[in-house]
Amino acid sequence: MSSGSGFGDEKGGSSSVGEPEYGHDPASGGIFSSDYKRHDDLKEMLDSNKDSLKLEAMKRIVAMIARGKNASDLFPAVVKNVACKNIEVKKLVYVYLVRYAEEQQDLALLSISTFQRGLKDPNQLIRASALRVLSSIRVTIIVPIMMLAIKEAASDMSPYVRKTAAHAIPKLYSLDPEQKDQLIEVIEKLLADKTTLVAGSVVMAFEEVCPERIDLIHKNYRKLCNLLIDVEEWGQVVIINMLTRYARTQFLNPNVNESLLEESGEKAFYGSDDEEGKEEKAEAAALAKRKPYVMDPDHRLLLRNTKPLLQSRNAAVVMAVAQLYFHLAPKAEVGVIAKALVRLMRSHSEVQYVVLQNVATMTIKRRGMFEPYLKSFYIRSTDPTQIKILKLEVLTNLANETNISTILREFQTYIKSMDKDFVAATIQAIGRCATNIGEVRDTCLNGLVQLLSNRDELVVAESVVVIKKLLQMQPEQHSDIIKHMAKLTDNIQVPMARASILWLIGEYCEHVPKIAPDVLRKMAKTFTNEEDIVKLQIINLAAKLYLTNSKQTKLLTQYVLNLAKYDQNYDIRDRARFIRQLIVPTDKSGALSKYAKKLFLALKPAPVLESPFKDRDHFQLGSLSHLLNAKAGGYQELPDWPETAPDPSVRNVEVKDSVPEWTKCSSREKRKEKKVEKPFYSDSEEESGPTESADSGNQSNQCWLSFHVLSKQNYTRVFLTRICCLIKQSLLSGAEEKNRAQKVKGRRSGSESESEEEEESESESSRSESESESESESDTDAKKKKKAPVTKPPPKQAKKESKKEKKEMSLLDLDDLIYRSFKILPSVTLHSFPQLSRLHLLKSPLLTTSCPTIAPSGSVKTYELLHRITGEGLGVEYCFSRQPFSPDAHMVAVQIMFTNNTNAETKNLHVEDPKLQSGMRIKEFPEIELLPPGEMVTVVMGIDFCDSTQAANFQLCTHIRKFFVSIQPPVGELMMPVFMTENEFKKEQGQLMGMNEISEKLTLGEKCQNEHGIVQRVTSAANVSRVPCGSDKECRFAGKTVSSGILVLVTVATKEERAAQLTVNCEKMVIGTMLVKDILQALTQ
Amino acid sequence: MIHSLFLVNSSGDIFLEKHWKSVVSRSVCDYFFEAQERASEPENVPPVIPTPHHYLISVLRHRIYFVAVIQSEVPPLFVIEFLHRVVDTFQDYFGLCTEAAIKDNVVVVYELLEEMLDNGFPLATESNILKELIKPPTILRTVVNTITGSTNVGEQLPTGQLSVVPWRRTGVKYTNNEAYFDVVEEIDAIIDKSGSTITAEIQGVIDACVKLTGMPDLTLSFMNPRLLDDVSFHPCVRFKRWEAERILSFIPPDGNFRLLSYHVSSQNLVAIPVYVKHNITFREGSSQGRFELTLGPKQTMGKAVESVLVSSQLPRGVLNANLNASQGTYTFDPVTKLLTWDVGKINPQKLPSLKGSMSLQAGASKPDENPTIIIQFKIQQMAISGLKVNRLDMYGEKYKPFKGIKYMTKAGKFQRISCLKDNVVWKTLQPIPALISKDSSVVSGLMFAQPVRHSQ
Repeated sequence: MSSGSGFGDEKGGSSSVGEPEYGHDPASGGIFSSDYKRHDDLKEMLDSNKDSLKLEAMKRIVAMIARGKNASDLFPAVVKNVACKNIEVKKLVYVYLVRYAEEQQDLALLSISTFQRGLKDPNQLIRASALRVLSSIRVTIIVPIMMLAIKEAASDMSPYVRKTAAHAIPKLYSLDPEQKDQLIEVIEKLLADKTTLVAGSVVMAFEEVCPERIDLIHKNYRKLCNLLIDVEEWGQVVIINMLTRYARTQFLNPNVNESLLEESGEKAFYGSDDEEGKEEKAEAAALAKRKPYVMDPDHRLLLRNTKPLLQSRNAAVVMAVAQLYFHLAPKAEVGVIAKALVRLMRSHSEVQYVVLQNVATMTIKRRGMFEPYLKSFYIRSTDPTQIKILKLEVLTNLANETNISTILREFQTYIKSMDKDFVAATIQAIGRCATNIGEVRDTCLNGLVQLLSNRDELVVAESVVVIKKLLQMQPEQHSDIIKHMAKLTDNIQVPMARASILWLIGEYCEHVPKIAPDVLRKMAKTFTNEEDIVKLQIINLAAKLYLTNSKQTKLLTQYVLNLAKYDQNYDIRDRARFIRQLIVPTDKSGALSKYAKKLFLALKPAPVLESPFKDRDHFQLGSLSHLLNAKAGGYQELPDWPETAPDPSVRNVEVKDSVPEWTKCSSREKRKEKKVEKPFYSDSEEESGPTESADSGNQSNQCWLSFHVLSKQNYTRVFLTRICCLIKQSLLSGAEEKNRAQKVKGRRSGSESESEEEEESESESSRSESESESESESDTDAKKKKKAPVTKPPPKQAKKESKKEKKEMSLLDLDDLIYRSFKILPSVTLHSFPQLSRLHLLKSPLLTTSCPTIAPSGSVKTYELLHRITGEGLGVEYCFSRQPFSPDAHMVAVQIMFTNNTNAETKNLHVEDPKLQSGMRIKEFPEIELLPPGEMVTVVMGIDFCDSTQAANFQLCTHIRKFFVSIQPPVGELMMPVFMTENEFKKEQGQLMGMNEISEKLTLGEKCQNEHGIVQRVTSAANVSRVPCGSDKECRFAGKTVSSGILVLVTVATKEERAAQLTVNCEKMVIGTMLVKDILQALTQ
Repeated sequence: MIHSLFLVNSSGDIFLEKHWKSVVSRSVCDYFFEAQERASEPENVPPVIPTPHHYLISVLRHRIYFVAVIQSEVPPLFVIEFLHRVVDTFQDYFGLCTEAAIKDNVVVVYELLEEMLDNGFPLATESNILKELIKPPTILRTVVNTITGSTNVGEQLPTGQLSVVPWRRTGVKYTNNEAYFDVVEEIDAIIDKSGSTITAEIQGVIDACVKLTGMPDLTLSFMNPRLLDDVSFHPCVRFKRWEAERILSFIPPDGNFRLLSYHVSSQNLVAIPVYVKHNITFREGSSQGRFELTLGPKQTMGKAVESVLVSSQLPRGVLNANLNASQGTYTFDPVTKLLTWDVGKINPQKLPSLKGSMSLQAGASKPDENPTIIIQFKIQQMAISGLKVNRLDMYGEKYKPFKGIKYMTKAGKFQRISCLKDNVVWKTLQPIPALISKDSSVVSGLMFAQPVRHSQ
């Protein structure tokens, strides 16, 4: 009876079980008590101790709810079972609660605490289910509780709970729209979530709560595109529809100059990456219209990633992709959707119905796309009428000169169908074909005339109406048909058809001068028995005949007008009066009657027979609004393409994320490179021979690179992008570069304090190089980050080398830059870059001697191994490249740079006699045979430090001398990054508590108060990678030691002001302690 | 998204309602009933009906209308597809999705609906996950439940939704590990009177019944994968692999599922396995009509054509038909004018025929509609497209599964044969309209076939 007593407690300590109280409850009137009696047995069962009885009662109650019977009076009895242990009873209670809570708000509150407890449960599924029910209870009073619960669940470590939180957002929003701002914050946070489980649900919440906040999507756009294929199908539909809208606001219309599209590819390539091209870019807005269209790579990404979904088993997904292609793809690519849509036509008739509606709209704009599938739209006698009519619509839209004869043959079959509505629609379709395709007009007309002798009056009537429209186009030639139709007035009874015939005869009475008055005579006889619409046409006919042939018809007209004068319908009386005034000249009639002929016998334009689906495509295809051709509530307009594309850099994601995102384009120039990828790729290698001038060779390389940028793994992309920038900086604007180098040289003699300024000036110059004056702030940010590796080494070297002769500086510096950046690539990638390495070889012959696999990355600290004075002219420096050492994964890669400062050659540089602590190992670099004077060479060696910071001692030998040297690693270099998700991180961290956890409070240094600063500092102090984190107050990093692979987890939690807490979890306490010290120092500086 | 769901039976009663947001009065269905009255046939009720405050989106399955109430913009296919998924789930759980089955299992139905949608947005629609949450009722379990008072709700909490393969439940164990695949093809064709094919398409599916322990990773390869030019997959199939190698690689759901469906379009040549010769004539002024129909096999590669069923909707003017079938039995319903002839198996030596006279309403004019003949049939041991499975391999588990593959061809549900009247040609413009010809209306029929079966 735990549930019973629990309930009692919540009631505020009333000791007796509450039943008698309900009877006295003032809120429950007399009706309540009678209901109470009616469900007496159910209440008893619910109060019993046995789960089986409770279950039975709940089942009966649920059955009542299902049938729509009111079971609200059982609320008190049911609600106390909310804490029942039996899962099925509990579930059924939830069902009941969600259904009736709104009506019984006060009592519903009693259940809240159960759910609040559930929210804290260690089991994620229970947490999720508690949140689900809690958020489904539509009781305004608990809005704050829901808000709290949602916020908490949004940062839950279980993606399933976060998904539930996303579902809860629209629930809360509909309950209390005032929470919108807070909910948007939660949505923003969840949008950044990287799991597929959450993506669909949060986009759904986004669409319901704040579809106008398109800016929230920018940062997540690429992620959503990439996750899409793994999201569950319902989420896919929502995401695709949202992205369609997004793309319409962010990209340019790919069909803007459709005819040029073919050649423009080439032109784009040549036109856009020379200096002129760049200038054009600067004035982009003005020239946008004239410029050949180049697709934004993000636009391409969307198209590419949605295409496989055309193969989905879910019709809604296929339709969503189809509409995306229809609205976004270049004309030449839209065709791929046709096949998939035709496949859907084999599905249930409801699906067919919707698909055909959309196909009908598409066929108006893009007829060619469906022409090959013409036969799939042939009508089967078993199709429901509504499907038949839609297929007919599609067939009509598809008709053209070449296929019209097949289509007409098919239509002939349809006319014999037993389904009369369908036959009528077919006749109209024939009429439309006839108006659209001049060649078959006579054939169709003839066919329709044949139908006039059909036995079915409806068919005849429909034919008459259509023939009337067709005849209007060329009446002179068809007086025979008009005569024939005149005869039909004897038999045909359908008012619309009679009216049409009369109108025709009146309009073309000159072509049938003998018959027309006779028809009027017959009509006058039957006037009183006609329908109103026919009467109006009789009056019309009479008036026209009076004007053209008054001699024969004057009396008839008078007669008809007199009859009409006393008609019951005021419209007809009005018309008769009006016409009489107009055509019969009297004293009063005034000026108008002079123009009567002009009024009545004016040439009337032929009606245009149009598809009802024309212009429907201003509604997003596949939407409810499109189907109904009326705006449905909550419909988001599909925006028009922008004239000029908004800044694409808003979609760039910053480097800090440990899961590498797309490369950051530091400037517009980068974008350009990506854009030209396609045309360039087609004529690949030949163009960029190594012998070409630096300028053109460089360009081609950029392009070539950019192709790879798109195709390689994410992290490679990051590196490659850097390379692109580097090459550009160093080669493209050679002159500028030299200037800069000189500047650097000049500064070298200056004080150290200038180095910062230098950094600035460098980034400035590179910025102007890339012509990106309009860059946004975030863009600049990203660039600064990326600049870091480029700009940092020079000042450092400058310090160290300031004592050296100046002559080598500029060139060396430059080479070194390129060199390092190239070396970042894993060997495989490098090999796949023939031109690049060729190019590089030209520039830096030194590469041949170094091991190509490993090199330093990022901002690298250089340490001195041998001073050039002690080394008698041989200067040696080393740094930790932070790259995996490929010969042995347990070794730390150390890059050693030899500089020969003497005037003589140094020969046979090698390592000898290593003195190592036990367990440590060393992998020597290959002997350097020759180091000419003034040159520098870089090699890589591997050292297994056994996860200790003990120094590795060895001798460095030349052909003449030996030097004792030692390499001592900072603790942060003993590890390598590990990529993990937030959950994995939390899990691992959970296992490394207690002794393995070291925390330290600290005050952040001036430069690392923001997230970027922290990330930068931590990653420079230790070779770890960022772990995504839901909270912006925390930065997490993970790595493992190189030698033994022990996990190292770092957490920096920021607090108010500059206070922060640093936590390191690591099994090896020594490493942990030392790491804390190092990071602490880095952060507090 | 989906606000509420009403189930309406063929007599127009709402027998179940479920609300996911606040309650919508069932009077909203009045708009649906209006549309239902307007529609001549049950399937002609528009799937989307706008009302002043809501939109009703409905599907018709098993003579039950599933009417979803929508309040704002949502892709209609989204709702339609979901409703069909609901029906499939019911069918999966109760074997039949009839009004009686739903009423008998109303609690399970309610539990299912509760799990499938959260706030109107689909939550769990994979049958593997649902079955973990709510066990399907079986006779045995019903008996046990009554005695012990235990329940249909799964004891453990479902984990499938949290896994990387959300379609497969975890901890699957079988003593007999088996994987069966059925290749089922349906042909739709329209053939004109002269026997030439106007359009013919093949719609194929591969249905699988996989009962394998653990987490098997299967690959299925075809002898002639190029045939499959338009395919849709179960989400478990790795699309990239298919694109690159034309191999189906997947971790299967547990139990029955549709692995893929494909379409061999009208642009390919499709062999038609059956021919029909017929002559249906009505004479002007006479109250008699003649009816002759003969069937024969064609391009069946020696396989027997079985379960042949011919049906034709005769014109309204036909009062009765007095026919003679060389084999099988025929029936003519004078009310609906539907003629059906259950032929059975076609014997190539002695072709089945149906001949005789029809009596027309006295004095009525000759009917001018063309009756359509619809033919259903099966051919054993033949996949009409020629698709052949090459092999099935399993990775990731150690045991040896039993594998079986069966080919079947079925008649498509839409086959029909319609015929053109050959004397009406709209070629020249004739000044005086010609009457539609005096001769008989004729129709030709359609056919389809059934599959082949080998067991390995």
